[in-house]
Amino acid sequence: MSNQAQNRHQAVGLSDQQVLDMFYYMVLARKIDERQWLLNRAGKVPFVISCQGQEAAQIGAAFALEKGKDYLCPYYRDLGVVLVFGQTARDCMLSAFAKAEDPNSGGRQMPGHFGSRKLNILTGSSPVTTQVPHAVGIALAGKMQGKDLVVFTSFGEGSSNQGDFHEGANFAGVHKLPVIFFCENNKYAISVPLKKQLACESVADRAVGYGFTGISVDGNDPIETYRVMKEAVERARAGGGPTLIEAVTYRLVPHSSDDDDRTYRTREEVEEAKKQDPILRFAAYLKEIGLLDDTSEKELLERVQAEVDEATDYAENAPYPAPESALTHVYGA
Amino acid sequence: MAVISYIDAITMAMREEMRRDPGVFVLGEDVGVRGGVFRATNGLIEEFGEERVLDTPLAESAIVGVAIGAAAYGMRPIAEIQFADFIMPAVNQIVSEAAKIRYRSNNDWHCPLTIRAPFGGGIHGALYHSQSVEAMFTNVPGLKVVVPSTPYDAKGLLKAAIRDEDPVLFFEHKRCYRLIKGEVPETDYVLPIGKADVKREGTDITVISYGLTLHFALQAAEKLAQEGISAHVLDLRTLYPLDKEAIVEAAAKTGKVLIVHEDNKEGGVGGEVAAIIAEHCLFDLDAPIKRLCGPDVPAMPYSPPLEKFFMLNPDTVLAAMRELAHF
Repeated sequence: MSNQAQNRHQAVGLSDQQVLDMFYYMVLARKIDERQWLLNRAGKVPFVISCQGQEAAQIGAAFALEKGKDYLCPYYRDLGVVLVFGQTARDCMLSAFAKAEDPNSGGRQMPGHFGSRKLNILTGSSPVTTQVPHAVGIALAGKMQGKDLVVFTSFGEGSSNQGDFHEGANFAGVHKLPVIFFCENNKYAISVPLKKQLACESVADRAVGYGFTGISVDGNDPIETYRVMKEAVERARAGGGPTLIEAVTYRLVPHSSDDDDRTYRTREEVEEAKKQDPILRFAAYLKEIGLLDDTSEKELLERVQAEVDEATDYAENAPYPAPESALTHVYGA
Repeated sequence: MAVISYIDAITMAMREEMRRDPGVFVLGEDVGVRGGVFRATNGLIEEFGEERVLDTPLAESAIVGVAIGAAAYGMRPIAEIQFADFIMPAVNQIVSEAAKIRYRSNNDWHCPLTIRAPFGGGIHGALYHSQSVEAMFTNVPGLKVVVPSTPYDAKGLLKAAIRDEDPVLFFEHKRCYRLIKGEVPETDYVLPIGKADVKREGTDITVISYGLTLHFALQAAEKLAQEGISAHVLDLRTLYPLDKEAIVEAAAKTGKVLIVHEDNKEGGVGGEVAAIIAEHCLFDLDAPIKRLCGPDVPAMPYSPPLEKFFMLNPDTVLAAMRELAHF
């Protein structure tokens, strides 16, 4: 079978090592996420917001960007994206436990509110889609300074209704700015399904109103997502302006640790979606082409497990911020 | 020293800062070719080009949101909101984003952004071209709110705002634009944000104000001097964070305090000023703290008698000052 399998990643310029790295990041994101749910249910961390089901879209997209040069204005599910950009399991656990060393916010923000100046990840907030105009502003500034950087901003399909999406997309279209608008369409805005969010066929259709390309891609396929992203990034870097990419995925878990998705979708629907779990699909592909076997998969899982264990222990034992430090950093010196 | 108008001082500040620092740029509606609907950015596009003087799409949240991204990246944008009344679509960006970027990132990121907006009435602007919206932003730690009342202060404070490492909302009273003139050095100077300024020394009563009404108080003080009443006039200049020390000092100096602003009274900045005085120097007072403010109605109506009724003027301020002096 493996001899017959079609190698799709080489065709889009991904090496064997790169796809194995992609798989590692996908598994790492999933395992960090799963651990946070366990910690939450054990009463050890107050809140979890998941990337589960969206790892292929996130990691496929992030691999098309250039670390150290490009910028991220991510949203709260983008664990996979920020891992590729250099955040670690330990960073994520420090954030989950709200410890002083949390690089995103020093424990000030909920988990999922990513930010790191040294990694070119702009700090984010909870009101959705506010990061979209910020991405446009970074792209504008980069262009003014003659840099060829690209800015990636992501959001859910529900967020594509926000004014800030439309205002930001329009601004970027008018000024032909190097922004990738990456919509992770996971079919639900908390409880509200896609058909109650959009009257148009797909989120990608929205790009036409702003004078640039919109494209819908199977977000459960990291190679296909990478291919589409790579084209968009190259176009943006060459001065061709923005692209809207809709990665179609499915949110495999409730909206957050405080949500109960049994109130708005059937178990059958979720079970059906799990058959398309991007990690299972990608593992199957890697096995088909002979890059992964049961032994190496087991080794990878053990490596990730050890990484997550170490991160959890470290973060759990790390100190909280000093209470009175709540008063600091309102203004600069 | 040249005598110039309040609006020309604002233009001068922007031009000087754009010459000094290539990171400074202007964006907003009609700021480019038109030079701003009030002409505050007049001549800038000719000198600095359309890359640094951007006519943006008509969308306030994007004007501020894009400026935030550019500021976080390292530029020093000056975003113009054409009328303060139209800042509402950008409030989420100002309050949830700009004001919180430094705090929420634990000092990793910051946002050196200036947002300019003309406010205030007396120009037949009706409900949506006359509002004083400052009180909405004076409960937002992380933001600074500045309102100059003289050309000298306008230039020095705007330059300080542009150089500030944090977001500054810079409200310009549009009636002052061409009405108020004063001496402004052509040299480079900045004035400290967060510091009030005594605009007139006096001993009998203290008036605390900002913006257009500050000038009404100064005119009234001149007249009252002829009646033997000496008024001390403090210009707040920065509405957030307030200069508590200067407020307490000015209040304690005369023991009689009148707070004057065009914005409506309830929930206005005057309430906070009164609370500071009550907390810190109640026993220095010889009279209850008085406030003279716009009426508590949604906004300024259009019809001339209605607008006139809404606006304070030198006579209403004079009467309130005299009444307090005689308490």
